[in-house]
Amino acid sequence: MQNILTIYRRELSSYFATPVAYVFIVIFLMLSGIFTFYLGGLFERGQADLQPFFSYLPWLYLFLVPAISMGMWAEERKSGSIELLMTLPVSVTQAVAGKFLAAWLFIGIALFLTFPLWITINYLGDPDNAVVFSGYIGAFLMAGAYLAIGSCVSAITRNQVIAFVISIVVCFGFILSGFPMVLDFFTGWAPQVLINAISSMSFLTHFNSITKGVVDLRDIIYFVSFIGCWLFANIILVEMKKSD
Amino acid sequence: MIKVKNLSKKFDDFTAVDDISFTVKKGEVLGFLGPNGAGKSTTMKMITGFLNPSSGTVVVCDNDVVKKPIEVKKRIGYLPEGAPAYDDMTVVGFLRFIASVRGFNGVEKENRINNAVEKSNLQDVLYKTIETLSKGFKRRVGIAQAILHDPAVLILDEPTDGLDPNQKHEVRKLIKEMAKDKAIIISTHILEEVDAICDRAIVIADGALQFDGTPRELESKSIYFNSVRLSLDGYPSLNVEKLICKIEDVDSVELVFSEEEKTTYQIFSVNGKSISRAVNELANNEGWVVDELVVEKGRLDDVFRRMTKHPVSLPDESLEVSA
Repeated sequence: MQNILTIYRRELSSYFATPVAYVFIVIFLMLSGIFTFYLGGLFERGQADLQPFFSYLPWLYLFLVPAISMGMWAEERKSGSIELLMTLPVSVTQAVAGKFLAAWLFIGIALFLTFPLWITINYLGDPDNAVVFSGYIGAFLMAGAYLAIGSCVSAITRNQVIAFVISIVVCFGFILSGFPMVLDFFTGWAPQVLINAISSMSFLTHFNSITKGVVDLRDIIYFVSFIGCWLFANIILVEMKKSD
Repeated sequence: MIKVKNLSKKFDDFTAVDDISFTVKKGEVLGFLGPNGAGKSTTMKMITGFLNPSSGTVVVCDNDVVKKPIEVKKRIGYLPEGAPAYDDMTVVGFLRFIASVRGFNGVEKENRINNAVEKSNLQDVLYKTIETLSKGFKRRVGIAQAILHDPAVLILDEPTDGLDPNQKHEVRKLIKEMAKDKAIIISTHILEEVDAICDRAIVIADGALQFDGTPRELESKSIYFNSVRLSLDGYPSLNVEKLICKIEDVDSVELVFSEEEKTTYQIFSVNGKSISRAVNELANNEGWVVDELVVEKGRLDDVFRRMTKHPVSLPDESLEVSA
């Protein structure tokens, strides 16, 4: 546990030691504002809630989260510092967990900084703050799922651009798996069980129900186990690829 | 403290390390010699637990590196090749991170860091980010990181690479100081370094062990070992060469150069036997005017070349496969 915390602290401070953190946060806040107010029409809807913000969030994450995660392991391998890290008395599991927690908390900070949106709707109307809160929980959990994919993909290559692009494609797949364009491809020949399974893997299905204020234990279990599976694959990949 | 037994590493069909065995005791400094791509770094990576061996075992302080990697890593200080570090951190931030991972906190942590900083002369760059440092400083940050927890085993991959002569001297002094109660392995290309700090040398070429012994024994493998360099006044003469060749234990004589009525011969002995006395006597008896008579210790670079050169020339690419 001590080791996880040490690595977590190092990773988090390294985001803020470079412009990465500031650039990310500024862009994230700018884009989320644009999506919420212009594309989502927060004012025009005449409803005091954050649905416009949450409904565009999966698409915002699609590009921004892989930008954070692409360097998590690719950079270590490129610079050779992985040799240092892996010869310290730290297990791969601890290293993966520490890095993941740092990146997750970092996105959590960015998410927290969207609080002016919350203030705005509270100023304009009388929103159900419990729904808003559960929306943020869902947004944070979904960020973890994107990150777990990104971290795992980052471990297969030493090239950050490749990690970035592949992460986007994989995340895109998990967004779309609940959409007809993916499901139609399977309907007609695949058994219903498989179609249900594919559609239930979608981020959107689970995220949407949480943002509507329905905090179902199954959705939480979905995100947590999703993160767990990808991080487990991440550990195996780091173990296999560390010295390539 | 370090026991390496029948260690091998294969990458697909390329054998990087081929059945190497050796041990290093406490108080010993072992030098790894070998050309680039010979398998020195690969061997070190297996000892430190970064790479898993294809076969064979590594035991460090009674812990098998494959079975108890964390225990082994706790006891080793390791400077990887090229001294990688987290470039965006400051020197002090980086050392604090290492100290935390090594399990130190509070006053002891600060003491350990101060001690390592002092030993590797990093006082002036403590608050600079590592990426802005020169190659020499980066190397010293790597050394500071390796010695911070006062490990029982120290493994340094080219510790003096990129340092200027003064810094090299400092690092060698540091290694010598620490040698008493540690087992140390260093790899190097610089042969004088082996002479200066190592108690034992190992030569690796093509992944296999070519030699294991003291630097002195390594020198004695040189054809120059106990050869005599003799400078005489006068022009080269066949007669002189003939007379020298008649001395017992003299293998051959080579004319090195002659200029301005001064001629220098290199006299090689059979199996490194001592011939200086006999040569001296001959010169006295013949009444030669001796300008210089030097007994050579043996040249490491000559031994090194003969041990590590391929007997048959292979295509270039096979030499460039990095370990």
